[in-house]
Formats: sequence, structure tokens, C-alpha cells
Amino acid sequence: MRVKLFAMGLTSLLLSPVAGADDTVFDFTGKLSSEFQAYPDEGQFVGQAYHSNASIALETAFYWGFNEGDDSVIFTPFIRIDQQDEERTHGDIRELSWIHAGDDWELRSGLRKVFWGVTEFNHLVDVINQTDAVEDSDGEDKLGQPMVNLSLVREWGIVDLYVLPGFRERTFAGVDGRLRSGVVVDTDSARYESGEGDQHIDTAIRWSQSFDLYDIGLYWFKGTNRDPRFELGLKNGTPVLIPVYEQMDQFGFDGQATLDSWLLKLELMRRDTRSEDYSAMQAGVEYTFYGVSETNTDVGVLVEYGWDERGKGADVLFQNDLFFGSRITLNDESSSEFLAGLGYDIDYQSHSLVVEASSRFGNNWKLSLDARIFESGSNQDLMTNIEQDDLVQLTAEYYF
Amino acid sequence: MNLTKSFYMLMTMTFLSNPVLAQTPEERGLEIAKEVKQRDFGWADMQAEMLMVLRNKQGEESVREIRIKSLEQEGDGDKGLTIFDKPLDVKGTAFLSFSHPLEADDQWLYLPALKRVKRISSRNKSGPFMGSEFAYEDLSSFEIEKYSYKYIKDEPCEGGTCFVVEQYPVDKDSGYTRRVAWIDQDQYRVWKVDFYDRKNSLLKTLSFKGYQQYLDRHWRADLQQMQNHQNGKSTELKWSGYQFQVGLDDSDFNKNTLKRAR
Repeated sequence: MRVKLFAMGLTSLLLSPVAGADDTVFDFTGKLSSEFQAYPDEGQFVGQAYHSNASIALETAFYWGFNEGDDSVIFTPFIRIDQQDEERTHGDIRELSWIHAGDDWELRSGLRKVFWGVTEFNHLVDVINQTDAVEDSDGEDKLGQPMVNLSLVREWGIVDLYVLPGFRERTFAGVDGRLRSGVVVDTDSARYESGEGDQHIDTAIRWSQSFDLYDIGLYWFKGTNRDPRFELGLKNGTPVLIPVYEQMDQFGFDGQATLDSWLLKLELMRRDTRSEDYSAMQAGVEYTFYGVSETNTDVGVLVEYGWDERGKGADVLFQNDLFFGSRITLNDESSSEFLAGLGYDIDYQSHSLVVEASSRFGNNWKLSLDARIFESGSNQDLMTNIEQDDLVQLTAEYYF
Repeated sequence: MNLTKSFYMLMTMTFLSNPVLAQTPEERGLEIAKEVKQRDFGWADMQAEMLMVLRNKQGEESVREIRIKSLEQEGDGDKGLTIFDKPLDVKGTAFLSFSHPLEADDQWLYLPALKRVKRISSRNKSGPFMGSEFAYEDLSSFEIEKYSYKYIKDEPCEGGTCFVVEQYPVDKDSGYTRRVAWIDQDQYRVWKVDFYDRKNSLLKTLSFKGYQQYLDRHWRADLQQMQNHQNGKSTELKWSGYQFQVGLDDSDFNKNTLKRAR
């Protein structure tokens, strides 16, 4: 509700005449994407007895720049319509924000998205935004987070101060959706540790700096945990999972060393909540062979390791997992790219494989072919739930 | 006495004339490079728009639109901010670089879909820029220390009479064994560059057209044409909106301005 009011306020601000409107720059762009998913297997749970799914999504971006670019407003609404899962049919304001830039500071206010981190297979330290989990299984789609962010540029680094009023609940697949557990998450009855519920005001501070070949960041976040734990409940006589959002303190570190063709990456975090205190890590190396055998093709090879102090008891997929990946970039006119990632769970001997290929066609189209395979080695592993959700996906994106 | 005087004169003449007579082609090449750099020094900061037209052998075109901002650094390579407008799927992508004459450049890439700033390796000098016939190293700022030189001859060219100078990249990761540049003797502008690949065969020719002078000092070509002789493809770079000394400073080149670049 607060988000909606805020959005309305900002919209009316935009529609009101701006002083010196002559130098206002306006820009409008968008992306229409259609997605066809083929599932070789029917899902293992009720509601998942289908082999295909179609979906379309539209994301547009409106941009206004004024005061010679020192002030700008961005509005990015998003909507998806999904054939099978009504929970995946959803909309969001990805961004509705105003940025004011001073000489060595910026004030960014509104619904925004912030990314922290350096690794590729898991985004451990990226905590500001809630995951839009119905979009994809990679956790890279995020919901717009209300915030006021003051960013200060100093000789000794960039300091970002955040006040985050209002919390966004994670999205979860519905009865007819894939990538879920046997019991559906009831997003209508989320519980909160804080008496203020989803109105709790979170805060965060981050410092980041580049030292020659090393880029590092450190932060402290205090507020509502974006990752819920679950309690069993009943809805109309049917068992459901009720998401419970606790308060947390989290310290995080991310660092990358860029040494010629080598990238060394490390993410660390310590999370304290009422029910548990634990540390977790994601670390890796990436090496790129440039212009292999006298062609323009670059081949990158990466290895990462994900660790969670809680071990097998952790409510995450990656508690003791190894990842191997390769990125092949043709560097041609159509920016053709292939990505492959293999995940291996050392505790449970589970495997996952992700393959992505993409290329541009003409000036406006981009086609991607993705495949995902999940092979659980134990029914104790969370991956057991999605074992029959192997997928081949064709995505056509039109940019305008 | 006479003998002593004669000896003195001989000595003096030798000392005065020797440096000129003994200037090697290498020294002459370096001197020309220094003069090129010196004549353009002091542009402070600039911004411009660049339209890149890629043509394949069949004549099919694809287009890139890019805006750049640069800041001159005394005693170091330039700072640069590159913003991509087209193709539309990479719109909003931006690239920040702090270049250095001999050490590796510092480079960051901003990916707007993820709002992610990535520090990237600058090792990839010889790779194609945006699928074009320009390699990254062809677009980086000219620094004297990046090459060793050899003056070859004088030759008539579009800019009058040109020095023909060979430039040998110092960096082992360069895609070239040598570049041959035609530089006019009047204004020290580059009119043509031949690029020789790692096997020392002619790979590409870059031609400069439509030179204009800014601030009564700095010459910039409106058009750069790169022809690849080995694959038959070409890329045209059309420059517009050149502005010098618009007041950019260090605070316009950091990770925050990279994320905000438009």
C-alpha cells in the first residue's frame, strides 16, 4: 500500500510542470518477450501435469532527464502473463525513482534495484531487493524496493547509506507452477517477526573501493530477512507453507582481484536472526582464453564453490556445492554467446545443468535457447522437489 | 694556433651536426610520435557521438550508436566513459576505463538489466569491438609508450606530404606485429594506417576523412573507414557532436556515474 501511494505521488510529481522544462530529455524504450517452455516430464505434484507452457512479458522504461542530466526520473513497469501458473501472471514496478546528482554525491529515491556481489552461480551478498522467484530459477530477477539512498563519493571509496521503508514479499509458484515443493506457499498469509510487519524500516550501509587490481565492498544490513523460513499451515483444509519473515543483521563482504586473464572472486556473509546465526561463502576463479586458435572467439572457464555453515540442515540449495561453467563469446555482429553451468552437491551427489545460447537477429530481435536439468542424489536434498522440472525454453525478445 | 683553431672548429661542427646526421630512423619515428602527441595535448576533456556501420561481404549493414566522454590525464592514459544506445538490446550498457600507457587498463562494465557493475579484464586488446572490424586496441587512446617506432620515408598523401612511420606494439597481447601510419608533415594528422597481423600479413587499412579543427588546435576526422582485407568486411565510424572543454572532471568518471550514464 505504501509502495502504491509512493508511486502515485511520484507520478503526479512527474505530470506537474517542471521548471525549465525546455531542456527535459525524454526517452522511451521497451522489451516484449515471449517464452515457450517444454517440460519432458509431468511435474511430480498435483497441478503440474503438463508438458508445455507459454508466457509473454512486457517491460518498458520511461526516462526523463532535466537540469542537464543532474536530475532524472525513471519509470519501469513490468507485467507477465503465464499460461499455466496464475502466480506467475504478475506485475511489478521494477523502478520508479528520482536521482539527483551533486558533484560528489547522489540522492536516489523511490522504487529501485541494487546489485551487490561478484560471483556468477549464486548471489549470496545481494540483499537489498526481494527475489521475484516465479520469473526464473537463477534468482536474478528482483522486485522493486522502496528506498532512499544517499551515495557519497570520496577519495577513500564510495559510501552508500540506505533507508528502506516497506518490505516486498517473495513471489512463489502457485499450484499450477513448476519449481516448487509439494506443499504450495500461501503468499496471502505471510507472518513477520516485527510488529510492524511489512512496514518495518530497514537500513543498510555499504562501503566499496577499488585498489588498483582489487575491487572490494563491505556492508551491514539491518532489517527484514528477504529469505523467509516456513511454517506449516492450513488454507481451506489444504496444507500450505506460510512464509515467516524474521528480522536480521547481516554483514557482507565481496571482493574481486582482476589479474590479467584471471578473475578471483569471493563473497562472504554472516547472518544473525532470532532462530539462527550462520556464515556462508561463495568463492571462485574465472579464466578467459581470448581469441582462441586465431579466431575472434573468447572462451571463459569458471569454477566456484558454495558453502553454508549450517551444512545439510541449511534451507538453501547450495550448502556444499561445486560449480563448473564455461562462457563462449563469438564476438560476431550478432553477439552470439553460449553459457553452460554444471552444479554438483558434494553432500547429496545432486547435479544440475544449465545451458544458454543467445544471438541477436536484425536490429531488434534477440533469441535465446535455454535448457535446465536437475538430478537429485538424495530425497533429503531440496532439489528433489524440482527433479521433474527439467526444461527446454525458447525465448524471443523484441526491443523497441 | 691555426691548427688548434681548425681543430676546435672541426670539433664544434662535429658536435653540432652529429645529432642530426646520426639520428636513426627509430629516433626520427619517435620524434614524429612525440610531435603528434604534443600538438594535440591540452584538449582537457571532450565528448562526442559515434555511429558505427558494420558491413559484411554481401554489403549487409548493422548499426551501433555510442556516445563517449573522455578526460585527459597528465602523465597517465585518459579516462573514458562509453555509453551504448544501439543495438537496443544493449542500450544502457556503459563502460568505464582508466587507461595506462604500459600497465593494464582498469575497466568496468555496467549491465543495466541486473544493475550490476563488473570489473573486467583488459587483457582482450585484439578482440573485435562490438563485432566490428575495429579491435579494442584500435579505439584506445594513443600513448607514445605503447609502441616503438621507425621512420621509413616521405610520401605524398591526402594531407600533402606524409611521413610514413612503422609502429611496433610493445604489448605482447597486441593482435599486430606492426602498424604503418601516414602522418602529414604540416599538421601531424594521421591519414592512413595499415595493420599487419601476427603473421605479418596485411590485415586491415584504416582511412581518415573530413578532418576538422576544434578550439583552433585539435584535429578530428569526421569519418574513419576500416577495411579488412582478409575477410572482406568493413566498418565505418561516423563522428558527430564533438565538444571540447565542456568542464568534465574526475568526478564524472567513477562507478556512480557509470551506473547513471545516459
